[in-house]
Amino acid sequence: MSQEKQSGTGFRRLTAQRLVAIFLLGGVVFNWPLLSLFNRQAELFGIPLLYLYLFGSWLVLIVLMAVVIEGKGD
Amino acid sequence: MLQGWSIVLASLAYLGVLFAIAWWADRRADSGRSVIANPTVYALSLAVYCTTWTFYGSVGRAAATGIGFLPIYLGPTLMLSLGWFVLHKMVRVAKANRITSIADFVASRYGKSPLLGGLVTIIAVVGVVPYIALQLKAVSNSFTILLHHPDIVMPTGLGAVPLLQDSALYVAVGMAAFTILFGTRHLDATERHEGMVAAIAFESVVKLAAFFAVGLFVTYGLHGGFQHIFDQAELVPRLAKLMVAGDSAANYGSWAALTFLSMLSVLLLPRQFQIAVVENVNPDHVRRAVWLFPLYLFLINIFVLPIALGGLLRFPTGVDADTFVLTLPMAEQGEALALFVFIGGLSAATGMVIVETIALSTMVCNDLVMPVLLRWKSLGLAERRDLSGLLLEIRRWAIAAILMLGYGYFRLAGEAYALVGIGLISFAAVAQFAPVLFGGLYWKGGTREGALAGLLAGFVVWAYTLLLPSFSKSGWLPAEFLSHGPFGIELLRPQQLFGLAGLDEISHCLLWSLLANVGAYLALSLRRAPDAMEARQANLFVDAPVGGGSLSSWRGSARVADLLALVERFLGVERARTALGRYARSRGASRIEELQADAHLIHFAESLLAGAIGSASAHVMVASVVEEEPLGLDEVMNILDEASQVRAYSRELETKSRELEQATQELREANERLREVDRMKDDFISTVTHELRTPLTSIRAFSEMLFEDPKIDLAERSRFLGIIVSETERLTRLINQILDLAKLESGRADWTPVAVDLSEIVRESMESVSQLYRDKGVTLECSLPASGLEVMADRDRLMQVFLNLLSNAVKFVAPGTGRVEVDVAATDDAVQVSVTDNGPGIAHEDHEVIFEKFRQGTGNNGTLTDKPQGTGLGLPISRQIIEYFGGRLWVESPPPGSAMAGARFIFTLPLPTTQKEQT
Repeated sequence: MSQEKQSGTGFRRLTAQRLVAIFLLGGVVFNWPLLSLFNRQAELFGIPLLYLYLFGSWLVLIVLMAVVIEGKGD
Repeated sequence: MLQGWSIVLASLAYLGVLFAIAWWADRRADSGRSVIANPTVYALSLAVYCTTWTFYGSVGRAAATGIGFLPIYLGPTLMLSLGWFVLHKMVRVAKANRITSIADFVASRYGKSPLLGGLVTIIAVVGVVPYIALQLKAVSNSFTILLHHPDIVMPTGLGAVPLLQDSALYVAVGMAAFTILFGTRHLDATERHEGMVAAIAFESVVKLAAFFAVGLFVTYGLHGGFQHIFDQAELVPRLAKLMVAGDSAANYGSWAALTFLSMLSVLLLPRQFQIAVVENVNPDHVRRAVWLFPLYLFLINIFVLPIALGGLLRFPTGVDADTFVLTLPMAEQGEALALFVFIGGLSAATGMVIVETIALSTMVCNDLVMPVLLRWKSLGLAERRDLSGLLLEIRRWAIAAILMLGYGYFRLAGEAYALVGIGLISFAAVAQFAPVLFGGLYWKGGTREGALAGLLAGFVVWAYTLLLPSFSKSGWLPAEFLSHGPFGIELLRPQQLFGLAGLDEISHCLLWSLLANVGAYLALSLRRAPDAMEARQANLFVDAPVGGGSLSSWRGSARVADLLALVERFLGVERARTALGRYARSRGASRIEELQADAHLIHFAESLLAGAIGSASAHVMVASVVEEEPLGLDEVMNILDEASQVRAYSRELETKSRELEQATQELREANERLREVDRMKDDFISTVTHELRTPLTSIRAFSEMLFEDPKIDLAERSRFLGIIVSETERLTRLINQILDLAKLESGRADWTPVAVDLSEIVRESMESVSQLYRDKGVTLECSLPASGLEVMADRDRLMQVFLNLLSNAVKFVAPGTGRVEVDVAATDDAVQVSVTDNGPGIAHEDHEVIFEKFRQGTGNNGTLTDKPQGTGLGLPISRQIIEYFGGRLWVESPPPGSAMAGARFIFTLPLPTTQKEQT
């Protein structure tokens, strides 16, 4: 909750830039051509590759967003 | 065994719980301990995004296309990563401008245009109707299926069901009643619904829990975990294909299109805007939502594919994949779980319907009905005392009408599509708001016409390429419309417009509609510069100033009583007085009546009204009691462009300081000159006194000698007296000359130039000095032109100059061999007179010095001439006189060795014009 006390006018500059970077990363990861690399009949740990890739990178993205926005920032 | 009544009872109990939560949250809010002022509640309430589309439809989509259900959730994740910019800014702008809906937002942005608000409302209602139909279909289907428990029976074709036996109708009526009871209990000045948000957050938890329960049941109950279920699916060729996506360009294209579409929808759907922007308590809550909402989406999707595969394995045919979430537990005797799933689906549907219809009814009331009613003079609404009841009434009817429209669409077109297909039609409709909304949020150039044209163009293309085909597919329009185009014009086939084939219908619609939308928006916006009102609003939205924008731009006059009466009419007396009383206290006044009707109060009143009737109507109503002086475009531009003002100030400052510097420099120079003059004056006085003392000393010395020694012989005595007389004469002459000079320099010399004959003056002067020359044995020669030369001058003064020059010359030549020549010659416009001697001459560096006061020249040999034989004032005086008559006086040294190698004094005098004509 201590984060909430930092209510303020501006965004922390670096945080904002990191979030844009995450957006760009997501745009690349979730689309052709990277997507096509994993779009094949294969399994890893018994899970279809495409399914694992999408959910895995999605989770990584969410964790990155949480770390960036809830972190100390500067 | 599930009976119909037990399902209905469970449903009612669930709705009762929602009511209790809403009531509790409202009570908490009233006592100042808001439940929803919490970032986690905010993030959970955002999950109203997940409707029955997600709850039932995702599995259906996954059963048909495998991973194809996922872009709808990846898009919002990407948008939320930009939430720190986009959503946060929208919330700030909405709070500063008391925005109550997306229609209000757009209308307010483009100069509070009622027309624009109305258009957005119509698009939103028409666009969202299929989405509401989707919820009705899902709930009525799940109810029908559950009713036939334990048999798995698919709902029959709806066309066959008589209207009054159609469960969807009762679902629609029930939901309308529920939403009316729930959402329009009272009119809130800020159009915020604390209780509703709390209930929505609770519903988000319920639907996630229900879906998770099914997921766990299928994956770990029916199968041995993820790996097992995938392994089994691999064995069925039809299912194995679901593990990969179609590897074609079109497939990746529609993947990207769906991602983009859902990115926009998560903020632009009326209910998403309502929850994310209007109901937001604190902009900083966006921070947690940025990751928590995507995480929610992640969790609710993780079991979609396993359930779809489990369903396909369990029911190879005969069961609609959209119902797997419900039918799988039913088939496995999971009675309680099936009921829980039904409740979860109900919560997904009610959440969506409540927020969506409340948002839409607010828009219909504020941006469609009220502007018309208020302008309808014969109704006399503008004079009615209390309108708050009327506002609520309009909203209730709007909610009922919207749900009936949804039901109508469901009857007409609901059968032709799967759940997701219906939802995407709505997504594509609200995507039409994107250009005007995001354009308006980041670009100041958009105008009212541009926004109207963009929205209209996009909406028409959407309706033509997506809405009408959905009617056609369900047989309501002839099938030829789709296959051969209207009137057989193949080029206009709705889903291959202008022959564009190879895209799925959503990508196709998105491409053409956004192309038309953005094109029209830009083209019409760029036709003219924004007017004063648009520019002011653009500034408020694009710059999103902290603290509500500049009130200084408002000018006008109003009375407090008028404003109070106005607010009372729309909010009710009690609520209006409470709000204004609080405002009065915050301004330091004890009572409302003591308030000043200034720009702040008017702004406050307008925003209070905006909460009730929307910004466009509020602006009109306030304008009716306020005599607002219209703002000129120039003034607004001046106010807006503060940067340029600052620049102008600094330019001015720069100029001023430069001028100051210049003035300082001039003053310094003047001061310098004054010091110089002062020094010269001191020098002059000391020189004068020195010069006066010399003869005085001599007179005094000889007088004392005569006085003290009476025995001096006569010859000696007369010599002394002679010296005294000559020194006295010299003193007199000196004093005369000093006075003369002072007169000349002060310009007070009174002489009158008349025509004088120069030759005569020369001759007279030579005569008067002839004795002096003869005494010293100096030759004086003269060459004069025959004719008389007349110049304009003062006779006595000119003579004074001649005498001075001649007596100077004789002083410096050697006795006996001395020789002085006077030469007078006339040029075109002047006469030149020279006096040349054969004395020692004047050193070149002294040529100007000798014209200074009390300065006397040195000889050409560099030694000082003998003790002053004159006063040292003759030449300065002469130069003054000549310059007074417009001539020049200077000295030259002829080269040594020539016949007259002494000094040559020359002066010129201008000839009068008459003289010139004669010559």
